[in-house]
Amino acid sequence: MTLELVLFYLASAVAVFATLMTITRHNAAHALLYLIVSLLAVAVLYYLLGAPFAAGLEVIIYAGAIMVLFVFVIMMLNQGNKTVQQERQWLSLGMWIGPGILCLVLFVEVLTLLGSSGQLAGLEVVSAKDVGIRLFGPYLLAVELASMLLMVGLVGAYHLGRPLRDKEQVNEREKDSEVAQLPVYRLNTACCWPRFYSVWVY
Amino acid sequence: MRRNIIFVLMSMEIMFNAVGLAFITGGSRWMQADGQIMFMLVLTLAAAEVAVGLALVLQLYKRFKTLDLDVLSKLKG
Repeated sequence: MTLELVLFYLASAVAVFATLMTITRHNAAHALLYLIVSLLAVAVLYYLLGAPFAAGLEVIIYAGAIMVLFVFVIMMLNQGNKTVQQERQWLSLGMWIGPGILCLVLFVEVLTLLGSSGQLAGLEVVSAKDVGIRLFGPYLLAVELASMLLMVGLVGAYHLGRPLRDKEQVNEREKDSEVAQLPVYRLNTACCWPRFYSVWVY
Repeated sequence: MRRNIIFVLMSMEIMFNAVGLAFITGGSRWMQADGQIMFMLVLTLAAAEVAVGLALVLQLYKRFKTLDLDVLSKLKG
């Protein structure tokens, strides 16, 4: 068994364990910590599989950007007086010791990888240059479609994330007993978007 | 059964990640760059999905003051 194979199985075990802990936690913040560890472990797996560019993307975009979005939303949903006490509880030892140990294992693995060949025996590294040549050659249409998807996601998230108007809130309270009318109301809001826009401008 | 919408979104991220791992493994097995390209497309999809999904979570919490998905089952009839 070569060194890389040992590291591969170790990172796989960390990924599986962290994912299992993610889906069995009751507290969303605890689950999020384990999910980040799981993504980092998968990034180490990508590096061992000979895809260093994908490993970097996994760390930067998945563990960096998407998980930060999750953290923002979880923190936004916990307003009020209980927040301070909750923060103190979240910072207790029992919460971060598990993800911390798993992260330490991954860190030692990365340090070990720096002194070795870097990927599993029998595999070649597919470098970022090869990926870029393929990406902007035969897959150019896919890049355009991905950019359009991101644009749609941006506009959709902006539209959905706008604050509720007072009128809407009043209507919601009135309609609390019969929520079945809610979808119709939402549809009207979407259809009358130019009208609301002009009112807002004035 | 889990009913928290945050956990639903997290589980979707796990599944997207599994798909990405499968693509990378395939691309690594045949030493082609296509696996990493498909992984990047999956990454784009996951980013767009999580942005819209979390905006929906905020709207859900503003309107119903809960994260329980069963609240949204009124259309079931």
